[in-house]
Amino acid sequence: MNAQTPSSAASRLTGALLAPVRYLAGIIDLPLRGLQKVTGLTGMASFFLLPNMAIFTIFVLLPLIMNVIYSMTGGTAIFLDSRTFVGAEQYSRLLDCGSYLDSGTCAEDRFWIATSNTAWFVLLQVPLLLVVALVTALVLNRELKARSFWRAVFFFPVLLSPVVVGLIWRWILQRQGLLNLMLFETVGAQPHTWLTDRFWAFAAAIGVSIWAHVGFYALILLAGLQAIPKDIYEAAEMDGTRPSRVFWRITLPLLMPNLLVVLVLALIRAVQVFDEVYVLTGGGPGTSTMYLIQYIFETGFASQLRNPGLAAAASILMGLVLVVLTLVQLGISRTNERKGQR
Amino acid sequence: MKTFLLSTIAASLMSTTAFAGDVRIMWYSDGVEGEVLQDLMGRFMKDNPDIKVTIDNVSYSNIREQLPVQLAAGEGPDIARVTDLKALSQHWLDLTPHIKDAKYWQDNYGAQADWMRPDGSSAITGFMTQVTLTGGFANKTLFDQAGVPIPDAKASWDDWAAAAKKVADSQQVPYPLALDRSGHRLTGPAISHGANYIAADGKPAPLDQGGKDFITKFVGWNNDGISEKEVWVSAAGTTYRTAAEDFINGQVAYYYSGSWQIPNFATKIGDAFDWVATGSPCGPSACTGMPGGAGLVAVKYTKNPADVGKVMDFLASEPIAKEFAERTLFIPANKAVLAKELNFQTDNPQVKAALDVFVSSSATTSPEALKLPGWKWSDAYYSALVSRVSQAVAGELSLDDAFKRIDDDIAQKVKEAQ
Repeated sequence: MNAQTPSSAASRLTGALLAPVRYLAGIIDLPLRGLQKVTGLTGMASFFLLPNMAIFTIFVLLPLIMNVIYSMTGGTAIFLDSRTFVGAEQYSRLLDCGSYLDSGTCAEDRFWIATSNTAWFVLLQVPLLLVVALVTALVLNRELKARSFWRAVFFFPVLLSPVVVGLIWRWILQRQGLLNLMLFETVGAQPHTWLTDRFWAFAAAIGVSIWAHVGFYALILLAGLQAIPKDIYEAAEMDGTRPSRVFWRITLPLLMPNLLVVLVLALIRAVQVFDEVYVLTGGGPGTSTMYLIQYIFETGFASQLRNPGLAAAASILMGLVLVVLTLVQLGISRTNERKGQR
Repeated sequence: MKTFLLSTIAASLMSTTAFAGDVRIMWYSDGVEGEVLQDLMGRFMKDNPDIKVTIDNVSYSNIREQLPVQLAAGEGPDIARVTDLKALSQHWLDLTPHIKDAKYWQDNYGAQADWMRPDGSSAITGFMTQVTLTGGFANKTLFDQAGVPIPDAKASWDDWAAAAKKVADSQQVPYPLALDRSGHRLTGPAISHGANYIAADGKPAPLDQGGKDFITKFVGWNNDGISEKEVWVSAAGTTYRTAAEDFINGQVAYYYSGSWQIPNFATKIGDAFDWVATGSPCGPSACTGMPGGAGLVAVKYTKNPADVGKVMDFLASEPIAKEFAERTLFIPANKAVLAKELNFQTDNPQVKAALDVFVSSSATTSPEALKLPGWKWSDAYYSALVSRVSQAVAGELSLDDAFKRIDDDIAQKVKEAQ
């Protein structure tokens, strides 16, 4: 009896596992061939895209269209047939301001407070997140002891539900929380109300969101770092290039495509900030950490007398800002690609 | 084709059978009432094996924030325990054809029937599981230790603030007084200072001097560290926040909340410290608390109105209402139950004394306060109050701007709702 080689055993196993797939492919092969005869090759491409397009239409396009329609209606009813057409009234209410730099002069001041808070959040959180993610990726890319463990540690918060993240940090930062206890035990500091102090609540919102998401972005950058050919670094080392010059002249330029992806994703996510901050601060103190999504949520759903039309109009305006931001990012990305090709 | 049709009919019949007899109750608890209801429903299902009652225990914020959205979409539970009774009254089922004796309901629950039906309607939509009154609680142990006498029933808000401050300073307690983050909770003191929310045409009146006076005082207390600022600034918008846990933990000398906290305190404070209910402090115009309570209402989108009627009949019946009140330590709404002696199931003398205080305080409830639970625009007013006063407390709005915004918000809500 011949001894079975590992490769033949593996190919047998693969064959056995693929058998049902082949059987199913055989069943659908005939009708698909018939369909191809009727539609041609281009038609088949459309046919295979159809499920994806159907999902996109049902879950993205239709809600988007409905949102636009809702934004042009008034009243507190949910169903469209019970709502009255008000044209651009909701938009004009949102945009009715004496000065856009002073929310107090706006008819819907809370929208502009939320917009301003979101803008500040994006301006501060995104660059900080990029730096922290880059540093984390650079550290994790080095030859560390237990490197996989450290990678898992940094990625772990990404796996947590935003509600859990918010609750954990609230437990740490509340008046009788872990941080105050540690400060009292170590330096005898009196308890501080971190989450009801405007500065610290804003800082906590930024810090917690970075903590929660940095692992994901660091992973993208880490993949980019590992894709940079080693021989470039070896050549630089042979030339005696300083490490800082290696970073600015080799690592950063070659990592730029990944950094752009991270920037776009982080920017979009920052504009959409809501869940963990909502659980952490509730939008307070006052409205200092109330961001656009919370404004939309409370206006449309959470307040006792809801205004879905106003919420829809606010979400359309926010969507437009996101579209503009994405187009700018794409423009920069394409310009960089062209430069790279030259 | 015939087989297909038959199987479709059979399947739809089966699904109808699955729905019949199912009654879903959305319930929130302040104390032990969820457990009491579970027990009562267990007994009901034993006597009515064809009806399956499911209780969804949810948080109060779910009732306030998610139930209205479900109802607006024509969905929701069959029965719900709700405090926002009037504003949602278009969603309640008229139980009249589904209950055994409509006269019994009118005789015993008629006093609050208007709170839970649209204006001008005579529908029977549910009953109050308890009636409540806002009022204060003092940490007696802290007052005694500080040697500060507890202010009497005629004491003003200023007297209470001064006494609570003395206690907090003496006992190193972080907060002299606390008020829940709620427009309803602000309203009793505001009325005591002369506020009246209802204009001559029944629509919301602009915030008057009485309301402004108390809000000015309250914001000042927050800035001076007399009132617990954290409760009011800990959220944006209309989110409800209670200071009950801080009172339970001995962090507050004087807490203004309401009678529904009694069972909560009985359970959680135990013998950690002595506490007393104090009624509502006085303002220049009155010494009123705000009446209210939670009602159990049937939802008109139910598929089983007859079964819902049976469940409601059972829970509203005199012996069950009496047992519910005695076990939950709630003040009952049922007239027949109130007329008889109640044997509240507690050995805690503080609880009995507190219940007595709230019953006697109800005599000083002002007519303006009594109108609000059945007034359509109460929630529009409360929402504007809580949202803008908390911004003033956080220092984001001046008092004048907050008053203007309160009027604008209410006007906008009225406009949207019409």
